[in-house]
Amino acid sequence: MSDMPQPASGAGRFTLFPRLSGVAITGILIAIFLMAFLVLPVVQVIYVAFLDARTGAMTLQNFRDFFNTSLFRESFVNSFYVSAMSVVFATIIALPLAYITTRFNFAGTAIIQSLGFIPLIMPPFVGAVAMSLLFGRNGSVNLLLDQYFGFKVPFMEGLNGVIFVQSIHYFPFILINLSASLRNIDRSMEEAAQNLGSSGMRMFRRIVFPLAMPGYLAGAALVFIKVFDDLGTPLLLNVNTMLAPQAYLRITGVGINDPMGYVISFILVAFSIFALWASFLFMRGKDYATVQKGGGGLSKRDLAPREKLIAWAVILFILALVLAPHFGLMLLAFGTIWSFSPLPDAFTLQHFGTVFTQSSQYIWNTVLYAGSAAIIDVILGVAIAYIVLRTGLIGRKWLDYMATAALAVPGVVLGIGYLRMFHGVQLPFGLGQMSSFWGLIIVALAVRRLPYALRACMAALQQVALSLEEAAESLGANKSSTVRRIVVPLMTGGILAGFVTSFATAAVELSATIMLVGRASDAPLAYGIYLYMQSPAGRGAGAALGILAVVIVALGTYLSQRIIEKDRNRRAAAPGAEQ
Amino acid sequence: MKKAGIRIEDLHLSFGDTTVLAGIDMEIYPGEFFAFLGPSGSGKSTLLRAIAGFGPRPKGRILIDGKDIADLPPWKRNVGMVFQSYALWPHMTVRQNVAFGLEERRMPRAQIGPKVEAALDLVGLLHLAERMPSQLSGGQQQRVALARTVAIEPQVLLLDEPLSNLDAALRVQMRRELLSLQRKLGLTTIFVTHDQEEANTTSDRMAVLDGGVIQQIGTPQELYDTPVNGFVAGFLGTANILAGHMNEGCFVTKGGNRLAVDNYRGTASRIVLRPQSVSLADEERGSIAGKVTHREFLGSQIRYLVGTEDGEIIVDTLHHAGQSGHAVGADVMLMIDSRSASLLD
Repeated sequence: MSDMPQPASGAGRFTLFPRLSGVAITGILIAIFLMAFLVLPVVQVIYVAFLDARTGAMTLQNFRDFFNTSLFRESFVNSFYVSAMSVVFATIIALPLAYITTRFNFAGTAIIQSLGFIPLIMPPFVGAVAMSLLFGRNGSVNLLLDQYFGFKVPFMEGLNGVIFVQSIHYFPFILINLSASLRNIDRSMEEAAQNLGSSGMRMFRRIVFPLAMPGYLAGAALVFIKVFDDLGTPLLLNVNTMLAPQAYLRITGVGINDPMGYVISFILVAFSIFALWASFLFMRGKDYATVQKGGGGLSKRDLAPREKLIAWAVILFILALVLAPHFGLMLLAFGTIWSFSPLPDAFTLQHFGTVFTQSSQYIWNTVLYAGSAAIIDVILGVAIAYIVLRTGLIGRKWLDYMATAALAVPGVVLGIGYLRMFHGVQLPFGLGQMSSFWGLIIVALAVRRLPYALRACMAALQQVALSLEEAAESLGANKSSTVRRIVVPLMTGGILAGFVTSFATAAVELSATIMLVGRASDAPLAYGIYLYMQSPAGRGAGAALGILAVVIVALGTYLSQRIIEKDRNRRAAAPGAEQ
Repeated sequence: MKKAGIRIEDLHLSFGDTTVLAGIDMEIYPGEFFAFLGPSGSGKSTLLRAIAGFGPRPKGRILIDGKDIADLPPWKRNVGMVFQSYALWPHMTVRQNVAFGLEERRMPRAQIGPKVEAALDLVGLLHLAERMPSQLSGGQQQRVALARTVAIEPQVLLLDEPLSNLDAALRVQMRRELLSLQRKLGLTTIFVTHDQEEANTTSDRMAVLDGGVIQQIGTPQELYDTPVNGFVAGFLGTANILAGHMNEGCFVTKGGNRLAVDNYRGTASRIVLRPQSVSLADEERGSIAGKVTHREFLGSQIRYLVGTEDGEIIVDTLHHAGQSGHAVGADVMLMIDSRSASLLD
């Protein structure tokens, strides 16, 4: 196969071991990068969690201290509670939507599909403040409720607010996974049950639901981790008694040597790994995708008029919820003063003026950081994908594992790891301390988004038939020109999609960035939003920045979808493409 | 258990503008092994699914044991169906799969256990009861699906292309097992297939379908020997169909060859000749001259395509070890045994 020596290759004239050396050097460089900026910082954080700060001996004392402090116990319980409740509410939102689209012929399916991504284009912390103005104690909804019905609902009180904002933001993960696994159930599964005398809810409980379970659990585990690790939303809602905010506050407030930050980091990482591992266990051996050729999912039926009415009511209600943060952000960005009233007093463009005149550095920094990170990601992504799929390099799978492991590392933890590891490292050329150098933000963003870019590149490379490469080689092209002239051009669609995804999500990343920003002039958009949102006076401008962020992510999502679609069409037309 | 017959009366079904079933009328006798045979798109699976209650409700009547079931939902019909994909539930063990139908019938637990074991024993898989379906081979999955269906003691057993997912050797074995199981249980059974050999070897009677219409019903031998039209003649086995007309007790082909036919009065425009009733003969005994255009060695037989004035005629001759037969391009004479041939309008 491809790891066979190529005696005819041109590179053979210049080096002793023609291809092996190039691949090996690339592999080693990538491994060093990942070790330095992902594995070691995280290992360091875990190590410090077990270290006695004074004596330097290994100890469990830090964990004892942690659980003996009521604040930390409360934070731990709160984080767990908020994550679990967010899963519950996200399920309540996602379940009817998934059920309606997969079981019925329903005209509103397009709306449900857009419901699957609208929340994801706005980072939850951006909408958090807008949500408290809409749903808070003196927010629009409660003012109206109080006026007309004489009561208020504590949507946003304390932890409720975090749960509310997070479940609205993250339910698409459950919706997407659950609908996919419902769609993968073959019609004959259900028909066999009916044939044997089962029907209705009983059949749903015994056949349909168990078959959809793995998909649901995968989505639920993802929601749990995301909420458990999230820093921005609780911070902006001023809820500090949770784990991620506590870690941030300890490290930035008490100092880099305070062991509590590391203990919390350890707990965050442990939970992430546990949740990923658990969902992997649930999925393993349960590939319930049972669709046969000519199958096509569960049979759909038409809704009766009354059912149709209920379905529309449910969907419009959820749509209103999902659009609420977007709507609130718009009001905030275009409104003058918005306090103790259902709507702002008047509307203005002034906040956007403020942003562009005073804070344009946030925008340029974001373009620079997210752009560089995305470029690093696709370069690493292509290289790793090629090494893993097309060469026989020893240990190549570990490059994939290492890069993918970034998924299990919360941003706060990576940030703390960088601070600890690069604290006191002086950079040459007058760039100052490494831990406060803006370049480190790029590296952090690149490491965090690498798994997404890598998956896109892997998928793209798998689509390139090996025979296309072999054809080039048999015509006399060596490895490097085969990669350059055949493989990379054929991967373009996937690479671009990976770039756009990495860019769009890196542009709104807050949790690692917030730890690494040295001074305001180095800060990106997300940090700017965070700063502005701190004070009531800055909210307008913060919201204006937030709208820019939403536009960037929405454009990015749209572009990557277009690119993937176009690429798929082009591929379908091209001969010799592998299935 | 009382054996149930099936009567289908004037069944019509269309999906939008396409007619899938166009006036199906048939009777399947109690205890019979009956096959629906036809190419894909002929409506055979749709008809089977209509009997099980899947898909839109067709116009017409479906009577099982004299009772019209066309308006009953699938779960009230007591019609057992084995799916082409087997449709074993991957989250349940073999035992749980087989017990499912009995549990849905609210049978007391104490009775379910023995019934499940009896059904699994019937298909010889009792020792695999605790396995998951994914741990079984295709043939074993097939047997579990069968056990799951017969466990509920249905009035009628429906088999939707049950052998199509098995490899060739297993297919032959399974169809024998299916038949002996059916004989043992005496269940009225309908078997859908596009494979004439499967239908021929298993069924008591069969219906050949094409375009949503029943072309012919009869025993496999009747259908092979006396097809009523060109479709049935061509679909069951290989057929030479020559055009011509009747004249004084002989069929005169377009090429002017006279073929004697027994006891046939009336008109005909085509004659069906099976390859084995045509043979290669000496100069003086043969009646039609031709030239070998193609030759296929099939093991027990050699099949020749011979170009004649009546078009290409397929001839099967027995192969004997050491004989080389005729080469492509050879001039040959054909002798035709046309007395038992079928004539078509």
